[in-house]
Amino acid sequence: MTGNVMIRVENLRRYFYSTPPLLNRLIEGKRRQTIRAVDGIDFEIKTGRCLSLVGESGCGKSTVARLVVGLYKPTTGRIEFGGGRPDSPAAGETDPSTQRVQMIFQDPYASLNPRWRVSDIVAEPIRHENRRKGRMEISQRVGELLSLVGLSPGDGRKYPHEFSGGQRQRVSIARALAGDPDFLVCDEPTSALDVSVQAQILNLMKRLQQQYRLTYLFISHDLAVVYYISDDVGVMYLGRLCELADTQTLFARPKHPYTRFLLDAIPDLGMGGRERMPVGGEVPSPINPPTGCSFHPRCPHADIRCKTEVPRLNEHDGTRVACHAVEEGRLPDPKH
Amino acid sequence: MSTSYAALLEISDLKVEFPTRRGTLVAVNGVSFNIEPGEVLGLVGESGAGKSMTGNAIIGLLEAPGRIAGGAIRLAGRRIDDLPYEEMRKIRGREIGAIFQDPLTSLNPLYTIERQLVETMTTHLGISKGKARERAIELLHEVGIPSAGERIHHYPHQFSGGMRQRVVIALALCSDPKLIIADEPTTALDVSIQAQIIGLMKKLCRDYQTAILLITHDMGVIAETADRVAVMYAGRVVEIGSVRDVVRRGQHPYTRGLMGSIPKIGDNVEHLSQIDGAMPGLTEVPSGCAFHPRCGVAMSVCRQDTPILQRCDHTEVACWQVVDARTGPKGEA
Amino acid sequence: MVIESFRRFVGSDIWFSFKQSKVTLCAAAVSAAIILAAVAAPLISLQNPFDPVVLDLMDAFSPPVWLEEGSWVFPLGSDDQGRDLYSAILYGSRVSLLIGFSSVVLAMFVGVTLGLVAGYVGGVVDGVIMRVADVQISFPAILIALLIDGVMRALLPGGRHEEMVFYVLVLSIGLSQWVQFARTVRGSTMVERNKEYVQAARVIGISAPMIMLRHILPNVMGPVLVIGTISLAVAILTEATLSFLGVGVPPTEPSLGTLIRVGQDFLFSGEWWIVIFPGVTLATLILAVNLLGDWMRDAFNPKLR
Repeated sequence: MTGNVMIRVENLRRYFYSTPPLLNRLIEGKRRQTIRAVDGIDFEIKTGRCLSLVGESGCGKSTVARLVVGLYKPTTGRIEFGGGRPDSPAAGETDPSTQRVQMIFQDPYASLNPRWRVSDIVAEPIRHENRRKGRMEISQRVGELLSLVGLSPGDGRKYPHEFSGGQRQRVSIARALAGDPDFLVCDEPTSALDVSVQAQILNLMKRLQQQYRLTYLFISHDLAVVYYISDDVGVMYLGRLCELADTQTLFARPKHPYTRFLLDAIPDLGMGGRERMPVGGEVPSPINPPTGCSFHPRCPHADIRCKTEVPRLNEHDGTRVACHAVEEGRLPDPKH
Repeated sequence: MSTSYAALLEISDLKVEFPTRRGTLVAVNGVSFNIEPGEVLGLVGESGAGKSMTGNAIIGLLEAPGRIAGGAIRLAGRRIDDLPYEEMRKIRGREIGAIFQDPLTSLNPLYTIERQLVETMTTHLGISKGKARERAIELLHEVGIPSAGERIHHYPHQFSGGMRQRVVIALALCSDPKLIIADEPTTALDVSIQAQIIGLMKKLCRDYQTAILLITHDMGVIAETADRVAVMYAGRVVEIGSVRDVVRRGQHPYTRGLMGSIPKIGDNVEHLSQIDGAMPGLTEVPSGCAFHPRCGVAMSVCRQDTPILQRCDHTEVACWQVVDARTGPKGEA
Repeated sequence: MVIESFRRFVGSDIWFSFKQSKVTLCAAAVSAAIILAAVAAPLISLQNPFDPVVLDLMDAFSPPVWLEEGSWVFPLGSDDQGRDLYSAILYGSRVSLLIGFSSVVLAMFVGVTLGLVAGYVGGVVDGVIMRVADVQISFPAILIALLIDGVMRALLPGGRHEEMVFYVLVLSIGLSQWVQFARTVRGSTMVERNKEYVQAARVIGISAPMIMLRHILPNVMGPVLVIGTISLAVAILTEATLSFLGVGVPPTEPSLGTLIRVGQDFLFSGEWWIVIFPGVTLATLILAVNLLGDWMRDAFNPKLR
C-alpha cells in the first residue's frame, strides 16, 4: 500500500440480523431476517482528500461511517489505515493510532453529554490519550481548540444547552481535533443546521482540512454540500456503490442511471427550468432487496442481465461505475 | 369573475405572543402579506423565524398559551382570526387544507384512508357517502397512488413515507379548499420522493386553482415551486417578491447573505459567503432592525427604528439601508 | 460549582413548582422536622429511655400530660417499663430512619449498578439480571426481607446475630428494593446508550465501565432520586413491619415498629398512648415522605412541564 493512502476499504459488508423472539419464530414460523446494510463496498481515500458518500435513506452510508470508525465490526471485509495498520481500533486500546480516527455526528443535541462542561467534553480525548498531562496544560490546549473552531476559551465553563446548534457542532469539531487525528469521519454534520449556520460550519471544516492536511470521509444526502466540500464522491444505493469519481467528473458527466436520476431530482436554485425526468418508485427496503442490480426495478435501461447479475464497480473512462448498461455502452449521453 | 376582495388571504400586521412566567415572548411581530387565488407563496426562514407560528395562526392551530395578540387574518375578505372555535373548525376543514411535515401525525393510524377521506368530505361538502367514496378514489388516483380502488381500504402504516404524504395531499384537497397551508411538506422525504411530491403539488395547484402557502427552510423547494416568496427573520418579514427576484436580486442584506450561503452545484467557490452569528432567540431580539448586529451595512438608524416593509424597485424590503440608497442620489423614492 | 448548581436550581422551574404546592411544602417541613428531631434525639429528649439505669418501674403507665395523673416528666406518657414515650419515640425514629436510609442507599447502589450493566451490555447479561429481577419482584418485599433475615439467622450463630442485626436488616430490606431502581436505570441506559455522545466516547476509546460511570450515570440519575424517596417510605415501613413481627431490631434498641408492637398489648387495657403516639409518628413520617416523592416525580417529569 502506497504511503499516501489514508484508508482503504475492501469488500466491506455489514449485515444486521433481526430475530423475532423465540416464541414468535416457533408459533408464527417467522424466520430470521437479514438486513444487508452494507453489501460489498470498496474505496480508498488518499491523504488530504475528502471523499463523500451520498445516497438516500437506507443506502448504508451511515453504517459505512460507523464501520470505518470502529463502532461496528464488519461482517466481512477489510479496513486498512495508512501505514499498514490493519483494521479499526479495538475498544479500550491505548495505542495512539486509535486517536488518528475521529468522528463528528449529525445531531448537535445528542452528540455532547448534557451533564458535562464543554471544557471536559473537549478535554476527554486529551486525557484519555495521556493521563500525565497537567491541568494547566490541558486547560490551555482546550482553550486553543475552542478558539480554533470559532468559540472563545471562556466558553469552556458552559454546558451544552447554553449553546446553539451550530455552536455545538463547533464543540464537536473541537473534541474531534483534540485527539490530534489524521482522519475525520463526518456523519451528516450540517444536516440538522440552518442554512446560514451550515455555511459557517462547512467553511470551518474546509479551512481546517487545508490547515492541518486532514483527510475526510463525509457522509451526506445533500448533493450541493457534497459538491462544495468534496474532492471525490461515491454514490450509494441499498448498500452498494453505484459510482465513484472525483467531484467535477461525477457532477459534469454522471454515468450511472441512479446518479443521473439523483442529480436530476435536486431542486434547482439556479432555476434553469430544466425538463424533469422523474423516475417513479421509492427506495426498496433493505430487508428484501431486488435481485441482481438493486436499482433495476426503477431503471429505464434495465434488461435481463440487470435482473440477475450484480454489477461490479469497474473502471470506465476515468470513473468507476457499477452498471451493466454503461459497460455495454447502452446508455445514451446525458443531456445538459 | 369580479371579486369584491383584493386577495384570497390577507395577513395584516399579525402578532403572535406567548405569555410565560418570565414575560411575554413575541414569536410573530407584525407580519403582513397577501396571497392571490391560485398562487403559491413561499414563506422562508431559518428555525425560530416564526414561519410555522404564522401558518398555525392562520389555520387556527396555535397551541395554548400562544395566542394571536394583534393584527387580522382575512380569508376572501372575511376575518377569521377572531372567530369562535366552532366557526373556525368549519372553515378550517372546508376552505383551508393543511399538509404538515410528518405524515404519520397527520393521518389517524386507527382509521382506514377511506374513512378519513369520506368523513372529511361528508362533513364539509355535505355529499353522500357513495359520492364521497367515488371522489376519494379519484383523488387518490390523481395524487399517484396505484390501485387506488383497493388501497383506499388500507391503513396509514401500510403506505410508505412518500405514499403517505400523497395521501395527506389528497386529504387536504378533498374538501376543495381555496388555500392549502403546507408546513415543511418535503423535509422528511428523500430527494427523489421530494421531487415527485413537489411536482404533484404544482400540478394539483394549477388544476384546482388552489393557493398554497408553502412554509419551509429549503430554498431549493421554494425555487422550484413558488411564484412569490416572503423571507422571515426573527418574527418579521424582511423581503417579499417574485421568486426570481428574491433569489437572484434580493435587496435585504439577510436575503443576500442567505442566498449566498447556500452551496450550489456548478459554483466553484473557495468559501461560501457566511453571515456571522446566529438568529436571536425570542428572548434576545435586538432593538430596531433585528438583523442589525449581524449586518455588514448597518447604520445608526437601524439600531433604533424597526424598518417597515415597503416597495423598492423589484421587491418589497424592510431595510433602512435599501431605502436610504434609493432616496439618496435618486431623490424621491 | 456547588454554588452555581444551587443558583441554577433556585431559578429553575422545579423550585418554582415546589414553592407553589402547599401540600409539598408541608410535607417537606414535616419530614425535615422529624429527621432533625431524630438526629438531635440525645439533645432534646428527656431521658435515654434505653438505659436501664434510668428507668424506674414505679413510673410505668403514666398517662400523657393533659390527662389527670399526667405530668411533664412524661409529656406523652410512659410505657410498661417506665420509659418516657416522647424520648422513646425520638430514639425510635432514629433507628427507623437510620435503617431506612441505609437500606435505600444499599438498594440504590445495587439496583443502579445492575441496571447500568444490564442496559449497557445487553445480551445474555441483561437477560440474566432481568430474569432474576422478574422472579424477585413477584414476591412481596416483606417476604423477601423475611427470607433473607431468616437465612442470616440460620447462618450466623446466636450471639453474632444479635450484634449484626442492624446490618442484616439493612441487607434484607435493601435487597428487597433494588429491582425498581434497576429497571428504571436499565430503561434510561438503553436510551442513552444509543445517543451520539456515547458513541463519541467509544470512538475516543473510553472503556465501557468508564462510559457507564462518567457518561451514562449522570444522565440516568434523575428518576433514581424520585424512586429513592418513595423507596425510603417503603423501607421504613418494612422495617417497622419486621420489628412489629418480632424479627426486626431487638427490644433493647427499639424502633417505631417495636414500640407499636409493645404498645399493642396495652391498647385495650386503657393505656392507649403507648401504641398511638409511635403509630401516629410513623404514619406521619411515611405520609410526608410519600408526598415529597409524589411531588418530585411530577416535577421531574419533563412531559408534564
